[in-house]
Amino acid sequence: MITINDLTFTYRRANTPTFEHFSWQVQRGERWAILGPSGCGKTTLLYLIAGLRLPTSGEVLIDGHPLSRPRPQSGLILQEYGLLPWATVRENVTLGLRIRAFYGSDGVHAPRNAPPPTDVMPWLRRLGLENLADKYPSQLSGGQRQRTAIARTLVLHPDLLLMDEPFSSLDAITRADLQNLTLELCTEHHLTLFLVTHTIEEAAIIGQKILLLGKPPNRQPRIVENPQAGAPGFRNSPAYNAMCRHLRQQLEAL
Amino acid sequence: MKKRDVALAALVLLMLWEAAALLINRSILPTPLRVLAVFVEETLNGNMLGHAVASLRRVLAAILLSLAVAVPLGLILGQSPRLNRLFSPVIYLLYPVPKVVLVPVVLLFFGIGDLPKIIIIFMILFFQILVLVRDRAASLPAELIQSVRSLGAGRRALFRFVYLPASLPAILTALRQSVGTAVAVLYITELFATQQGLGYYIYYNGSTLLNYPAMYAGVLAMSLLGLGLYFTVDWLEKRLCRWQFME
Repeated sequence: MITINDLTFTYRRANTPTFEHFSWQVQRGERWAILGPSGCGKTTLLYLIAGLRLPTSGEVLIDGHPLSRPRPQSGLILQEYGLLPWATVRENVTLGLRIRAFYGSDGVHAPRNAPPPTDVMPWLRRLGLENLADKYPSQLSGGQRQRTAIARTLVLHPDLLLMDEPFSSLDAITRADLQNLTLELCTEHHLTLFLVTHTIEEAAIIGQKILLLGKPPNRQPRIVENPQAGAPGFRNSPAYNAMCRHLRQQLEAL
Repeated sequence: MKKRDVALAALVLLMLWEAAALLINRSILPTPLRVLAVFVEETLNGNMLGHAVASLRRVLAAILLSLAVAVPLGLILGQSPRLNRLFSPVIYLLYPVPKVVLVPVVLLFFGIGDLPKIIIIFMILFFQILVLVRDRAASLPAELIQSVRSLGAGRRALFRFVYLPASLPAILTALRQSVGTAVAVLYITELFATQQGLGYYIYYNGSTLLNYPAMYAGVLAMSLLGLGLYFTVDWLEKRLCRWQFME
């Protein structure tokens, strides 16, 4: 589904490229975690796949098409500040639909064959937000805010979900709760997932495949297979602990 | 602030005025009741009403004009660091110039009539709105912009769904901060080259007709004009920016 060909990306005024001749492939329906220390370029990679940044050279292809702007079928969820503070939960969740209505199905800002706007209430119910529909983001907990952000993305029926440290400001219980919810939603809606995290445990829980990034420049994708991720009971299994140990060793060796 | 406290404060001020008027006991300070009676009389007989309407019309025209010009400019500067770098030294130099000293200049250029008066008030409101809207737009978190872009928003939708609603509180704050000054300067501009407006009415009654109660009635009308604008901004903020008052 996603092909990254000979990608080089250098920030303006930076001496070292974040990625240099980097190639990588992702199949539809895969769940990836992108793991690495601060400054390794994991958010940059996510923004490149989102079409919010463009390669210095090389290309990012989605379904064979080179990416030059955000793609209407990709959903992006950030750690914080993603919601409009002046809009209620319901208004935030309908934002993407309103933007689509604003442009019409032009194939650029909205898919040409976008399904007609639906009632968002079922999504609010699915994410446990039905009683918060008229609240403002400042009245919500961190977990409720992220649920709102997820609902806002999913009402647009994306096929690709991009998450940048979405749960890192949440407490442990809420975080585990939302990790499970994300796994469920990926299965329910056949989503391809990229989740950027700096937490080894989160990468092991979410990623069937884990891409390790180190100090730039990143040249080769280093991939750890984690096929049991998402299986019931994995979180408390010895296999999970072993995976976390393995990832830690791999990161330290980078 | 509670409405009851405001009413109480108004009552105390009126009582102080009454006491001062009784103490001084001269025609240059009539009692509040006397002024109120003249205020009602002058309003009903139409002597003052035309002047009040002229003043209100000027100040409203200036508000609308400054909104129409300053809001789009502020939004453009606020989301383009390059343009902002280019223009901010100019704004930095012009912003603190006391616009009221430009009254004679504007009168020279634009002559008599409403236009020069509207332009002076416009200049006061313009810079205040421009600067606050620009800073508000520039301070929006990049994450918010990126996540709305990822929902499909291009430049136009970002304006409509992000920049415009985000700047609403800044617009209202700018208006609140400057309507008082705007009415004060309106008074100054109405002393020149016009026979219409509360400024003219106050001055004419005070210095030519020596009709002090009418002069005070004019002062009262001008204060009510300022207060009314201030309350309107307050009301709009509570209505349009409800999210700011939520805990």
